[in-house]
Amino acid sequence: MVTHESGAVHAHAAPTGFIWKYIFSTDHKIIGIQYILLALVSAFVGMFLSVLMRIHLVWPNAKLPFIAGGVMTPEQYLALLTMHGSIMVFMVLTTAPQSGFGNYFLPIQIGAADMAFPVINMLSFWITFLSLLVMLAAFFVVGGAPISGWTAYPPLSALGEIAGPGQGAGQTLWVIGVAIFCGASLMGALNFITTTIDLRTKGMSLMRMPLTVWAWFLTAILGLLAFGVLLAACILLLLDRTAMTSFFIPGGLVITDQQVAHKGGSTLLWQHLFWFFGHPEVYIAILPGMGVTSHMLSTFARKPVFGYRAMVYAMCSIGFLGFCVWGHHMFVSGMSPYSALAFSLLTMSIGVPSAIKTFNWLGTLWGGQIRFTTAMLFALGFVSLFVSGGLSGLFLAQPAIDLYFHDTYFVVGHFHLIMGVAAIFGMFSALFFWFPKMFGRHLNEPLGKLHFWITFIGVYAIFMPMHYLGMAGHPRRYSDLSGANFLGPLMPVQRFISIAAFLTIAVQFIFLINFLWSLKFGKKAEKNPWEATTLEWTIPSPPPHDNFAGVEPVIYRAAYEYAQPGAVEDYVPQHLAPEQVARAR
Amino acid sequence: MRRKKACAGSTTVAVSLAIFLVIFTAITLYTFFAKTWWFPDPITTFGRDIDQQFLRTLVITGIVFVLSQLGLAWVIFRYRGRGQRAQHIEGNLTMEVVWTLATLVLFVGLGVYAERAWAEVHFRSAVPGAVQIEVTGQQFVWNFRYPGPDGKFGRLDPKLVNASGGNPLGLDPTDPAGKDDLVVPVVAVPVNREVELLIRSQDVTHSFFVRELRLKQDAVPGLLIRIHFSATQTGQYEIPCAELCGLGHYRMRSFLTVMPQADYDKWLADQAAANQ
Amino acid sequence: MPATLTNKLELIRSGKGGGTGPPAGGDDDGGSGRGGRARVPRRAYFTGVSLGLAAILMFFMALTSSYIVRKGLGGDWQPVRLPGILWLNTLVLLASSASIEVARRKLGTGATESFRRWWGITTGLGLLFLMGQVMAWRHLAAAGVFLASNPASSFFYVLTAAHGAHLLGGVVVLFYVAFRAGQRSHITQGTAAELASIYWHFMDGLWVFLFLLLNLGR
Repeated sequence: MVTHESGAVHAHAAPTGFIWKYIFSTDHKIIGIQYILLALVSAFVGMFLSVLMRIHLVWPNAKLPFIAGGVMTPEQYLALLTMHGSIMVFMVLTTAPQSGFGNYFLPIQIGAADMAFPVINMLSFWITFLSLLVMLAAFFVVGGAPISGWTAYPPLSALGEIAGPGQGAGQTLWVIGVAIFCGASLMGALNFITTTIDLRTKGMSLMRMPLTVWAWFLTAILGLLAFGVLLAACILLLLDRTAMTSFFIPGGLVITDQQVAHKGGSTLLWQHLFWFFGHPEVYIAILPGMGVTSHMLSTFARKPVFGYRAMVYAMCSIGFLGFCVWGHHMFVSGMSPYSALAFSLLTMSIGVPSAIKTFNWLGTLWGGQIRFTTAMLFALGFVSLFVSGGLSGLFLAQPAIDLYFHDTYFVVGHFHLIMGVAAIFGMFSALFFWFPKMFGRHLNEPLGKLHFWITFIGVYAIFMPMHYLGMAGHPRRYSDLSGANFLGPLMPVQRFISIAAFLTIAVQFIFLINFLWSLKFGKKAEKNPWEATTLEWTIPSPPPHDNFAGVEPVIYRAAYEYAQPGAVEDYVPQHLAPEQVARAR
Repeated sequence: MRRKKACAGSTTVAVSLAIFLVIFTAITLYTFFAKTWWFPDPITTFGRDIDQQFLRTLVITGIVFVLSQLGLAWVIFRYRGRGQRAQHIEGNLTMEVVWTLATLVLFVGLGVYAERAWAEVHFRSAVPGAVQIEVTGQQFVWNFRYPGPDGKFGRLDPKLVNASGGNPLGLDPTDPAGKDDLVVPVVAVPVNREVELLIRSQDVTHSFFVRELRLKQDAVPGLLIRIHFSATQTGQYEIPCAELCGLGHYRMRSFLTVMPQADYDKWLADQAAANQ
Repeated sequence: MPATLTNKLELIRSGKGGGTGPPAGGDDDGGSGRGGRARVPRRAYFTGVSLGLAAILMFFMALTSSYIVRKGLGGDWQPVRLPGILWLNTLVLLASSASIEVARRKLGTGATESFRRWWGITTGLGLLFLMGQVMAWRHLAAAGVFLASNPASSFFYVLTAAHGAHLLGGVVVLFYVAFRAGQRSHITQGTAAELASIYWHFMDGLWVFLFLLLNLGR
């Protein structure tokens, strides 16, 4: 850290020394990369867990590596399932799109030199990292990782070891890890919102912000309002587990012939608190992807975003409605059937802004001049996945139909497509697009395209058949198909899914190789290789420590001025003064 | 200024992506039409309502699905970069209003329409004289309790629960109402008669699910939840647990047998005799 | 455990100078873009504190709505007999709000000495409140009412502890504002005092709300 006297002209000198520069850096760009790396590692861990699960599901007697005893037991399966969900949701889908890319590009896209509170930013990364360590530690304690799923419904999650292996120390670590994560996310959200509100450069009005910035901004608001609630729920659960309180544990329970001393709590209370966080969490994962997709479609179709304002309002209403629909996760929980109806109609109405987004994306492509870069391919894939995954939501939003589909593979297919894969496509798109800016080199395009094609076909091959399993009534979170007779005939579908999953996951190594190889040997990037309009393309690749070298950019126009009539170039960057724009005669 | 590279090969990519989307849409449509994997036939009237509502939703979402995916395929193909200049379109208010209103009416209307089947299950309570059966979930079995000839369930006491000792529910032997209670691990119900289930759990959350009934209800510890149905088809149906309840979740299963009234009476008598 | 968690919230809440702020160019210039680039305009700190308070509010809303829902379930809910000292504590906290306001205005008029005095009084009142809360707990414990005794007492302890932890964070900030190394900081003492007083008033109001809830919603 450097001290500064009052009135210093410019004060954002780069730190020196490896530790301050790369480890405990307060530079939002380094922090963004740290988040992306954390998500990358977590994603591979999460995928590895799913490979083990998929093998066990279709070859129950297979000897597996990393599994104590070789052949997986039901509790080991559930432990992997819990950790797969938790790692993917918290450490991948919440970190990379928002804290990763958002950290790196939000300040640059609004013309700021850094986040509003850089030290808080640094702390929020390291606290996130700590929470990952705490969560992973659950694997290495007596009893192993918890088996109650990422939703951790009490009493299963509250009763301790008596409820099952992993429900002792493992579950406690899980709860602590999630609580720590809440703290980190709150710090991040606060930073994002303040930065967007107060650090926009001259001329960057709200309606001139890139849609990516809008998405990160709204996501941060969702995070700010949602994570405090999960934190409260985690504290109560922790007290139930360690201090004999009874917030979530009803009285008179008997488990394996042993009486439980707790009395008078409500298990539904946890579900309400959890889903009050949990549903906005879905949008925390997907909104940045929506922003990125809009950004890519406009950039690579060489057209302004179709209905920019409608896109902003649609994201706002998705965010707002996201807080009003948590009950649709609880249709069969014994909640009042009348409130189920209200939740249902509110949920159905989320379909409206979602449809606006889809149609406006098609409108953005319409009449364009599409350049099929890898980034664009992933964005197009996002649109397709968003439609496929979103429409199945309309079934689940109706309580009567959900009576059948709740907790079946239909739900698994639905949320993996919309929340998991679509969000990850958003990340891939963002990475292929911004990699040149971040590292000064391009990712390899042919490898990227190969990766895209197999992944795109693969994810559909994995997750579409899950809808059919759900229609046949296959409950989720079953470690074995031997438990019910009607599951036997579904084995071929499960096998198909497993094989598709192995292929798709194998292909991710192409991406990994591409990533590592391109860092060193990728094609050198120019300042603005994609001929894009937003501010990050006005500065060198990679950008200097303080982004704009002390000069405050001035914004003259909206974010997506492509194909402007009268302009020579087919794109007019935001920072070009009107007199600098080359006009056609 | 236009760089040639940006357009090179775009036709191949555009055509392949468009073709993939068309094939994907076709396969998806086919699997739904062919009904290769489908619901088992429903055995309740509201089950048939639910299936109809499912079909209605399937048709509407299907149309949106096909239009969107094929629309995407079309714009990808039609507007692939060939050196043309993109049109300058910033939006179209009329169209945006039209599709906003259209989806609003379609989706919310669908939601309102779905109310009927839901109301049938949840808004009305069971008719008087319905067969009452208490369903208890516990790690990892279902237990079903019939009130016996007196029509009254006896008192339960958690202190007396002893599954290995033959009292899995903790039936209080001092309560006369409980003397004739019948506790069995499988459930039988008479056909075409309304049955009311009183669903509870002794330890963690379970979920009672019978696919053919189109009915699922969590068994929530601390709550007694009532649901009712009237099965119209005799036969044996599986009851898998549908809410993660621990390591034995996957094998927590029982059977529901729907039988004619006479068989049902005999079954009850046999069970009662065997229980003595 | 909750203490360490809330410490994190404190960091959010404080969202201000010293160790947690960025190196700034012009000190506290009130607006960006003039005279070189002030990294962070003064209003950003106010935004940050308000957002932190919003997050804290959501946290307490979750707890209090759980309280109301749980109480509505009835059953074994046995109302906690609130120790009388809580009334005294409430008065102490209200008084501290008044004194911090006086201190802030004194600083505005440049009366540094009396600012220090009133600021010190506020800090003292804050500590007094916390001690009073601990005494209230000891009263209850002596009466055999513990955290796990029944749902009402569980909520009582959780709510008061959560509020106490946040207030303790506030006291730390008060100390910090009084003894900060002004030169190294990015905001003036005036701004810091204003931010701290916003937080302090909020914690005061929050306590009044919780106290009313505990009293009326028994």
